[in-house]
Amino acid sequence: MKPAPFIHHKPRTIEDAVRLIAEFAPDDGRILAGGQSLVPIMAFRMAKPPHLVDINDVAGLDRLEVVDGMLHVGARVRHAAFRQNAAPGPTGAFLGAVMRNIAHHPIRTRGTFCGSLAHADPASEWCAVAALLDAVLVARSLDGQREIPVRDYFEAVMTTALRPDEILVEARLPLLAPDARFGFCEFSRRSGDFAIAMCLVTLRVEQGRIRDARFGIGGAEAFPRRLAEVEAILDGATPGETVWAEAARVAAAALDPLEDAVTSGAYRRDLVQSLALRAFKQVEA
Amino acid sequence: MTRQNMTLEVNGRRYDVSVEPRKTLADTLRDDCGLTGTHLGCEHGVCGACTIIVDGETVRSCLMFAVQAEGRAIRTVEGLARGNELHPLQSAFMQHHALQCGYCTPGFLMLTAGVLEQNPDIGEEELVDILSSNLCRCTGYENILKAVLAAAADMRAAK
Repeated sequence: MKPAPFIHHKPRTIEDAVRLIAEFAPDDGRILAGGQSLVPIMAFRMAKPPHLVDINDVAGLDRLEVVDGMLHVGARVRHAAFRQNAAPGPTGAFLGAVMRNIAHHPIRTRGTFCGSLAHADPASEWCAVAALLDAVLVARSLDGQREIPVRDYFEAVMTTALRPDEILVEARLPLLAPDARFGFCEFSRRSGDFAIAMCLVTLRVEQGRIRDARFGIGGAEAFPRRLAEVEAILDGATPGETVWAEAARVAAAALDPLEDAVTSGAYRRDLVQSLALRAFKQVEA
Repeated sequence: MTRQNMTLEVNGRRYDVSVEPRKTLADTLRDDCGLTGTHLGCEHGVCGACTIIVDGETVRSCLMFAVQAEGRAIRTVEGLARGNELHPLQSAFMQHHALQCGYCTPGFLMLTAGVLEQNPDIGEEELVDILSSNLCRCTGYENILKAVLAAAADMRAAK
């Protein structure tokens, strides 16, 4: 359980970090941010990057602020930063509620929001949030900066549109409406373990009808996504048992579930149906 | 592989060490600083035995490299007691039988020391969630919970 040797690069500026990753990416060099996923993988020697570009001392990457209705989350913003009202209104409360499901306290003090997005584990809560809210991911390289809409970002399990020579410098999350409600529910076999499935919902209720419904799943497929079929059922409906049950049934049916040695696709489908119902109940409360 | 010379500040004392970049902070504390109070269980961030405090935050020292800890204030279980006077958490762990074999104890002490410093009034529900960070295979956690709640009350009373 000892990582393979590597050379540790400690840039102080984003320009230096970009230059270093451009130089070492062809040699399987990697960015080291919080290290809460990369370092275990290195301990198992599933990854043996000969160069690590450590961005923990790069100036300006800890920005967490609202600009023009979007919450900008810099590359070194840790999970723990979302504990209390990282953003105004329901967005901050939503992110805080989700954060409590991510790993454990000493992991949250180091792991980063953008690191989770770059790693793109199917079970990542932040990836699911990014998909649900239509985040914009900002990647930087020697070629400059480009903005990637989340719909073009996830490609497969742990595979994204980021190029090896790019640094995910910022994620931008559109704020929820001031009257938005939310629900989040995940299932994992142990507290803090990887989720087998999760459901997320945000919506508004206007004159007794659901508006602006967003429904997303995570952990259950190769990468998280919104389910338009479910949102179509929610929008315009009267909140209550009937629509929740129908929406949860459609969510389960729409799933293209991951299967592994201990978790069948059918089980994930059942889980999504149950978790969707629980998430809807939170909206009601 | 090339070693790097650096100085770590642990429990207010300076340690000059020479380590490879791949050496974790946990291994460096044990092998190079001689501070074997920090234990290693899983070595991949799951068990919490290696939990320490860096710049006021509880972290897994098996998931940090020593080269990342230069210039930071590191605290380990060796720094909890003041001379012969145990930290309130250490006393409470003894009184409430919050340990049996003791392997996980340094991790639990540093986890809860860090958390109580930031949140002295932590409630039982939140504390249960915090304690789920670390593994204990002897106690069943109930006595750890009792000990930390008692220590938190003692620490508030002492202020």
